[in-house]
Amino acid sequence: MIAELGLAALWLAAALAALQMTAGFLVVRGDGQAELAALIRPAAVVQGVLVAIAFAMLIWLFAITDLSVKLVAANSHSMKPLVFKIAGAWGNHEGSMLLWVTVMALAGALIALVERRLPERTMQATLAAQGVVSLGFYAFLLFSSNPFERLPVPAAEGQGLNPLLQDLGLAFHPPTLYLGYVGLSVAFSFAVGALLTRQVTSEFARAMRPWVLGAWVFLTIGITAGSYWAYYELGWGGWWFWDPVENASLMPWLAATALLHSASVLASRDALRTWTIMLGVVAFSMSMVGTFLVRSGILTSVHAFAVDPERGSFILALLALYIGGALLLFALRASTISEGERFAVASREGALVFNNVMLSAILAIVLLGTLYPLVTEAFDVRVSVGPPYFNPVGAIFAVPMLVVMTVGPLLRWRQDRLERVRNEVALVAALVLATLVLFSLLASVALLPLLGLALGIGVGVASLLPLRGRKLTLVPLATWGMVVAHFGIAVALLGMASESAFSTERLAAVEVGETTTVGPWAITLEGVEPVAGPNWTALEGRLAARYGDGEPTVIDPQARSFWAPPQQTTESALITRWNGQLYAVVGDQAPDGRWQLRLWWKPFVTLIWFGGLLVALGGVLALIGRVLGDLKRRHVVKRMAERRKEQEALS
Amino acid sequence: MSQMKAKHQRLVLVTLALVAIIGAGLLAVYALRNQASYFYLPEQMLADPPQPGQAVRLGGMVEKGSLKTDPDGVTMHFMVTGKDDSRVPVRFSGIAPDLFVEGSGVVAEGKLGADGTFVADNLLAKHDENYVPRELEGMDEHQAAKMAEDTTVGLK
Repeated sequence: MIAELGLAALWLAAALAALQMTAGFLVVRGDGQAELAALIRPAAVVQGVLVAIAFAMLIWLFAITDLSVKLVAANSHSMKPLVFKIAGAWGNHEGSMLLWVTVMALAGALIALVERRLPERTMQATLAAQGVVSLGFYAFLLFSSNPFERLPVPAAEGQGLNPLLQDLGLAFHPPTLYLGYVGLSVAFSFAVGALLTRQVTSEFARAMRPWVLGAWVFLTIGITAGSYWAYYELGWGGWWFWDPVENASLMPWLAATALLHSASVLASRDALRTWTIMLGVVAFSMSMVGTFLVRSGILTSVHAFAVDPERGSFILALLALYIGGALLLFALRASTISEGERFAVASREGALVFNNVMLSAILAIVLLGTLYPLVTEAFDVRVSVGPPYFNPVGAIFAVPMLVVMTVGPLLRWRQDRLERVRNEVALVAALVLATLVLFSLLASVALLPLLGLALGIGVGVASLLPLRGRKLTLVPLATWGMVVAHFGIAVALLGMASESAFSTERLAAVEVGETTTVGPWAITLEGVEPVAGPNWTALEGRLAARYGDGEPTVIDPQARSFWAPPQQTTESALITRWNGQLYAVVGDQAPDGRWQLRLWWKPFVTLIWFGGLLVALGGVLALIGRVLGDLKRRHVVKRMAERRKEQEALS
Repeated sequence: MSQMKAKHQRLVLVTLALVAIIGAGLLAVYALRNQASYFYLPEQMLADPPQPGQAVRLGGMVEKGSLKTDPDGVTMHFMVTGKDDSRVPVRFSGIAPDLFVEGSGVVAEGKLGADGTFVADNLLAKHDENYVPRELEGMDEHQAAKMAEDTTVGLK
């Protein structure tokens, strides 16, 4: 009954999306009556409610482990802890696609409810576009990935969830990432709506900006959390592998970052109109490309749940339809968008354009590197593309971008002279050069980490310079957002550079009672014991780790064996200090009875994720600043209208 | 006059953006040809060895009885066999994946050393039905031979 309720809600939502699309386009073309126009917003809102109900039903099915439902039987197990039962609802193909459409429908409902700044016709076109996109994904879900399908005979027991996914990370990482991914659909719909009604104005950018900001914040948190999750869960000691699935989340982030900056140029200065529209289309296209890569089964990864060619072709068709359609519309309409305001090369717009072009270039490099193995495989050549490609080639564009990032926020809009910021530039340049010289003389650091350290310090200091000489309490919240986010980039960059420059690794076979060292740490293996969890057994190493002459801390890395499904995982153990992390993994027993230990000392590695969180915090501050500013403006406009009315009444 | 300048600026911007992105694309294609890590079967590696030091991957079966561990307890030596009697010696220091055993399939990521030993940085083994290195999908010893026929290395 519960499954049928969910399915019915989903079908109803799809019907409403069709209504929203049809009504929207009729009204925009001018054929629709007022009655039709009045349907559009409620259709979007009710659709959001219905899909939320469907999603709640799926969670309910997983929570009670209803084994008559195919998806539950294939992916859950009655013995699993409740939190993983619930999180397991989106730890599979069908469930995660339902989460995707849930987020999309909720985002659509939200814009229908609160967005009233734009001309009503543009909003109708926007909601119609949102309806088109939603409808495609409802069709995908209902026709090829139905999460509510029943089994003819209920299963006796479920097959369990991939043990790598049985972690608290699963509860947070996919939902935040999807909020970001799919949140960008709003930017896409706004861009299409503005193109259809030829309303590419700074008003439009101001309306779109908070939505992009929100999606971007979630994307940033999702990527940061995913990186930390992979770091401690996989037991390989790395935090970014240039895995196609990681790239699939990085590409929308790069596009959204560019979009955020160009939207702010459009909002403040009414320039970069077509470019902003283009980025709005590209950002969500990248989300869809990512979904295609991850969900079509053409990749092998812990993220690719099922290999089903039919699904792959379905998503590919949707992809071609939406991206192709949007680009065609863009090609037809771009020439009718009039030129925005002009600006000089040395201006804040100039710097932002440079940043945008560099971000787009990095995006192109990541996209090509991700797709290349798929292309060669068509010719039966199997290749994989990894850090030797992505790191140096990406850096060619990332380095100039970071250099310009130090100066950009100091420049004035429209026109400026570089001489005006001479002192600041000299300060940052001196810091960067000093760091370069210092580290290349004192330590043998490879070129890329060296550049990372120097630019991290340069960007970190430069990001605070816009605050100089200002009363801190009077600095607008949005400016604080920019400062914090840029500072976060610097912090993360320092973490990455430090991790790759100064990490030390120790791989050793040790007897019980023996001590080994890594960096400043001395680690003694005190014992290895079997332990048992709710659905696994493990060998647990007990290690006493001493930093310098300090007190020993006991950590216990495990090699876990799950029985449903049978699989082994490595549970790393971490000790976090202010200046870095100790990372320990226990391996097999060597034939002579010694145990393999793999230990890393990673100075300042935690800065990577703190930096990511700071970037997200910056986004939150900017978002709050923008929304408060908008509310204030609305209030003032209302008050002025009231005043005018009073005066008219008096006269 | 300003009208013309405005037109001009948009053109310059579009041109610059296109140049940068096409430049990035060309750079990417050039770098990909050199930096992509190619997949080799043992017989291919013997017949047409990659440059020493170039990152490549080697896939095949771990020969039964060939797995030896050095006195340090963490360095392993084994032979990877292919369709015919070709064998490539592999050295790996580290914690092997859980399902890495003799007689099973493996993909080794690493470089060919000057002495003809393949030095692996990482080993990928079959985890379970849902998570299999792509090259080993559905592969057992009989199918390895078939795969050898299907696969050619495009280093010409």
